Amino acid sequence: MSGEEAVSAQGLRKSYGSVVALRGIDLSVPQGTVLGLLGPNGAGKTTAVRILTTLLPPDGGTAQVAGLDVVDEAAKLRSQIGLAGQYAAVDENLTGRENLEMVGRLYHLGGPESRKRAGELLERFDLTEAGKRMVRTYSGGMRRRLGLAAALVARPPVIFLDEPTTGLDPLSRLGLWETIEDRVAAGTTVLLTTQYLDEADRLADSIAVIDHGRVIAEGTSDQLKDRVGGERLEVTLESPAQAESGIAALAPMSEERPEAEDGTLRVAFRRRQGAIAEAVRRLDEAGVAVEDVAVRRPTLDDVFISLTGHAAAQDEDQPE
Amino acid sequence: MTQALADSLVLARRNLLRIPRAPDLLLSFTVQPVMFVLLFAYVFGGAIETPGFDDYKDFLMPGIITQSIAFGGFITAIGLSEDLNKGLIDRFRSLPMARSAVLAGRTAADVVTNLVSLTIMITVGLIIGFDFKTSVAHVAAGIGLLLLFGYVFSWIFAFFGLKSSSPESAQSIGFITVFPLTFISSAFVPTDSMPEALQTFADVNPFTVVVNAMRHLWLDTPAGNAVWGALAWSVGLRAIFAPLAVRTYRRAAVK
Repeated sequence: MSGEEAVSAQGLRKSYGSVVALRGIDLSVPQGTVLGLLGPNGAGKTTAVRILTTLLPPDGGTAQVAGLDVVDEAAKLRSQIGLAGQYAAVDENLTGRENLEMVGRLYHLGGPESRKRAGELLERFDLTEAGKRMVRTYSGGMRRRLGLAAALVARPPVIFLDEPTTGLDPLSRLGLWETIEDRVAAGTTVLLTTQYLDEADRLADSIAVIDHGRVIAEGTSDQLKDRVGGERLEVTLESPAQAESGIAALAPMSEERPEAEDGTLRVAFRRRQGAIAEAVRRLDEAGVAVEDVAVRRPTLDDVFISLTGHAAAQDEDQPE
Repeated sequence: MTQALADSLVLARRNLLRIPRAPDLLLSFTVQPVMFVLLFAYVFGGAIETPGFDDYKDFLMPGIITQSIAFGGFITAIGLSEDLNKGLIDRFRSLPMARSAVLAGRTAADVVTNLVSLTIMITVGLIIGFDFKTSVAHVAAGIGLLLLFGYVFSWIFAFFGLKSSSPESAQSIGFITVFPLTFISSAFVPTDSMPEALQTFADVNPFTVVVNAMRHLWLDTPAGNAVWGALAWSVGLRAIFAPLAVRTYRRAAVK
């Protein structure tokens, strides 16, 4: 195992009875980076996290976190990780502060240090006032912040965030993203699962797309986008009647035949520099009047659909 | 080992902190036993013959306290079931704490709530006319036996709590299995007033054994082997149910 890797997995397999959750996945997260595990519900993301955090033994394959084996060195490994997300709950009938202090003591930080860390984290997560109240009075966003704070109590070098923003409102998501980015800037390695493409796009240095228990693609956000054919130029014509002449004018720019729909032409192209000017010049020479020209980069949604044949988040209102 | 003890105490403290914040739970081991003491003493008491006892209240108190303390473990059943369903167990299992601390912390917290419950019931008993007829050492030994028996039942309830799918079903499984056991015993009526088949069962029922031991320790009634029997039952039941609870915990947690 290389010292540079905070998390690595080789051929992880797991079944629940006849249901196969993981069919052999490999993962690798260099220290200080963020890996996003992207996939729909039931893809196997949570199973992977549960194995990597020692909650579940794998049926096959091996994995190391912070250089420690998830099976043979599980007890030692647990002091090196923090876990937050939909499954690692906080206690509803304790206050925010009591929750963090309890977690600190269970990390064996001792009483005084646990109290100190609880105070620091409540302040950093803007929960100082709320820290005196029972968690059951908290909003969804406050709970997630407290959950993340609990994962950070012992300053672990690696944190696992299982769907950290599922069910949150946009403002709370943004706040949580910023907090995660702060931790990464401070050198923490993060493995997060998400079914939201914008979340992976924003936070992850590299992305592993999981579907039906397999990694079906991996790379940076840009690399994945390139796999669906780079950028597209969208040209809106003044008159839909000129669509055929427009297609003829733009055809030499692309290997694919441009498409036309309701007076808008779409053409895939690789070269960005000067491409817009070239398209406009060609259309002008062909006497086609142009109303608008835009470059559209493919989103991770496009990637997901082209890789799996279905959209990433089919039901967004899943229970917490 | 000391680490496991420290972790168990952190969780026991957490379990106790939660109780005053769940008023229904608090009522169930403070006000409810008092209600039962008063109902039995004044509603049924006059109709039940207890030869050899000055008063039904003397007969009743050791029995009803034993029943109440045995049920004290239901806090463990509900609590474990809740922790499993809400993801707290996952949180604990991802921490570098002793694995045994979850069950140990639960059952240890029950000893404290049982002691509270016991204090309240003895106080109410003394107010309505119950009287200890033995030495302080015997009374203390009785309290010790009750706490031990309650602790054993916490492990039985831990097993029920982990086997059940929700806190509500944990509560009803415990109720359906333990409640009849406590009644088909010498706790509330002399067993020789029962039909023969029930009487045979009641005489070997561990509740009868423990209640008879309690009457000996508090009222100086003839004990036979009841005190040793009560200890043997406690050790035996703990030896069966603690490993069962631990095994069920391991399985339930790895889902």
